[in-house]
Amino acid sequence: MTHDHDSSPAKPIAGTPDCERALAEVYAFLDAELNETQRNQIMAHLEACSPCFEAFDFEAELRTVIATKTQSVEFPEVLRIRIEEKLTYLRIQGSGGVGPDSGGEPGRGA
Amino acid sequence: MSRSGVRFSSRALMANQDAFAEQAMEYMPQLYSTALRMTHNASDAEDLVQETYLKAYKGFAGFEQGTNLRAWMFRILTNTYINSYRSKKRRPDETELDDVEDFYLYRRMGGLEAARASRSAEDELMDYFTDADVQAAIDALPESYRLAVLLSDVEGLSYKEIAEDLDIPIGTVMSRLHRGRKTLQKQLHDFAIERGLADAVPEAP
Repeated sequence: MTHDHDSSPAKPIAGTPDCERALAEVYAFLDAELNETQRNQIMAHLEACSPCFEAFDFEAELRTVIATKTQSVEFPEVLRIRIEEKLTYLRIQGSGGVGPDSGGEPGRGA
Repeated sequence: MSRSGVRFSSRALMANQDAFAEQAMEYMPQLYSTALRMTHNASDAEDLVQETYLKAYKGFAGFEQGTNLRAWMFRILTNTYINSYRSKKRRPDETELDDVEDFYLYRRMGGLEAARASRSAEDELMDYFTDADVQAAIDALPESYRLAVLLSDVEGLSYKEIAEDLDIPIGTVMSRLHRGRKTLQKQLHDFAIERGLADAVPEAP
């Protein structure tokens, strides 16, 4: 394993024709949109080419970071209560109790 | 457990809807996070999630047990957003994005982990960018790109599913994802520069 990174910004990624073919498919690969043959070709290239492997790995990890941080929003517990009340109401309605079309709109959380 | 295509008696339907209440509640925080990124607004996001649950509850008989409930809930969320929330905003749908280089962030910040041998790129990036950075970078994307990125990167839908949800060809899904993700990377890099975490170096010759 060699670590001869060029650490300057905007660094190029290895550029053989095989590399270019693999790098062009990074999203389709990570999105699991390639067929098995295409997937195997890229896997074989990544095993042989550490610069491409690192670039793919970076993109995959960045995606994990984005998904994690997008999901880390504080959840308003009052919403759960509001929805459970609505569902309970619907269930009572459905079991024979007759009610108006739907419950009144609860006030929007201001 | 019932299978799709089977008609429910009303008693069975009710039991089924009880099951829904038990199974679907755990996805609420995830749905809310995505709703917030879609609507940009906590109040709209709450309403959107509530509407999603009411629709899902009423339609639960059509849900095929054993298939992915999370994906099903997200699809209802997305359809509800597209059908009611998006249309009322009337934003221009097709904004052109500047062309951004492939692997924009990697070319500038890749190899970070080499400096501290024991850490992965993921650990570094987790530290570099705050939750607010990532959320702001997604929010800054024009809507058509933002939706494609959310549906793929956060909801994990396939290109085909995204094409169906957004009613656009698969090729358009791919180009929106490609451009949206690159633009997101550039935005993240801009945040890093603002905070002095990355060097503002002119484009390489």
